[in-house]
Amino acid sequence: KTCIYTHKQKHFTHFCSRKNRVPTLFSSTFSSLSPHQQPFQLSHGTTTLGFIFQDGVIAAADTRASCKGLICCPTSQKIMPIHSHLVVNTSGSGADCMLWERILTREMRLYQLRHRKRLSINGAAKLLSMMLHPFKDQNTKNVLSFGGRSGPRVCYVCSDGLQLKGEIISVGSGSPYAYAVLDDGWRWGMTVDEAVALAREAVFRATHWDAYSGNNVDLFHITAHGWRRRDREDLKEEYYRERERKRKKIKEREKERQKREGDELGEGDIYSVHCG
Amino acid sequence: MEYLIGIQGPDFVLVAADNVAASSIIQMKHDYDKMFKLSEKILLLCVGEAGDTVQFAEYIQKNVQLYKMRNGYELSPAAAANFTRKNLADYLRSRTPYHVNLLLAGYDEADGPGLYYMDYLSALAKAPFAAHGYGAFLTLSILDRYYRPGDSALSLIRLNKRFILNLPSFTVRLIDKDGIHDMEKLPVAPGG
Repeated sequence: KTCIYTHKQKHFTHFCSRKNRVPTLFSSTFSSLSPHQQPFQLSHGTTTLGFIFQDGVIAAADTRASCKGLICCPTSQKIMPIHSHLVVNTSGSGADCMLWERILTREMRLYQLRHRKRLSINGAAKLLSMMLHPFKDQNTKNVLSFGGRSGPRVCYVCSDGLQLKGEIISVGSGSPYAYAVLDDGWRWGMTVDEAVALAREAVFRATHWDAYSGNNVDLFHITAHGWRRRDREDLKEEYYRERERKRKKIKEREKERQKREGDELGEGDIYSVHCG
Repeated sequence: MEYLIGIQGPDFVLVAADNVAASSIIQMKHDYDKMFKLSEKILLLCVGEAGDTVQFAEYIQKNVQLYKMRNGYELSPAAAANFTRKNLADYLRSRTPYHVNLLLAGYDEADGPGLYYMDYLSALAKAPFAAHGYGAFLTLSILDRYYRPGDSALSLIRLNKRFILNLPSFTVRLIDKDGIHDMEKLPVAPGG
């Protein structure tokens, strides 16, 4: 058996092909400098995203945990709340994600107890980035989503040390598809419903094209009052709704076309109109 | 691919870096700043391996500031460059080498402007102009051809605009005796 199952968190380690690094000029010499060898290849079979808008942050993720060609768990949870205002989406090896989520939660709680104030998202991102630095080959990517007094923020932390703050972040094998939908539909002034619909649409499209994402979508909405979790939605329903919409559109188009043809026939037949 | 360029003038240094933060095929950010301010008149431009750049650059940045706090005066650009080189060299043959390419630009009261080129094997060279990245192949020859030591800031900015590559935008900064100045962010200019 190639996967390890734990009852509590339903995360799984999965082994798939690793995402290629950007090729550098001196890559051949560099690889001789790297200290650790990967025992097997890891990947990021998921679609997770986070974006900010005028009313907070939306964090969304699919729920498929894959293991090469097998879906280990169709109902895993990829978004973990750290505290009432911070939520982290993870992609990468399931075991690593789980581990780092717990470590981050512990460290943030310790900071809060020692300094009597909560660590800001920049601080949390920096902390996670520093903690991950010695484990560069672990291959996890995290999106931290925070909605607090300082306003909504979303931050991307990668285990190779990259740390970015932005407005729209998406990670995982399905992220290019999600980016396309998000870039197109995102506006700062969206309403909550529009934002949720956009996130759902982005995850849905990504799961359609990406084999390693799918099943359900989890949505979290974070505001200054804290995070709120929406019910897990089955993307199968979304797929059938999409089909219905398409069918209706086709029907409408047919009707219009027939009406137009009918009008044209009517116009050509002058005698029936004027003499009738 | 990331790109850095620095040009030294008679009493200033002009540096530019691209603004892209990429992760394999996705451009995650279009306005990423690759310049780290070491002191009032020293800038460190850092590209290379994803996490190493920020880790190393911030380490150098904090150490330079610590020196100022301990001793009451700032490190000169030459001293900062040599300090950076020593650290990079020490880490090179350790278990965690930093794969970063740097440009260090600064203005010293006594020595004037200085531009230092450093690569990931910690080779340090003071140069009148320098560049990192694939773009360096194209721009270094142009600089060879057109650079003159007495050039004014304006002509060098024009020179800069001429060879903007297939990268969307650049951050440009100028260091002179009055400190670090932000120049306009240059968007992609087809044909210069």
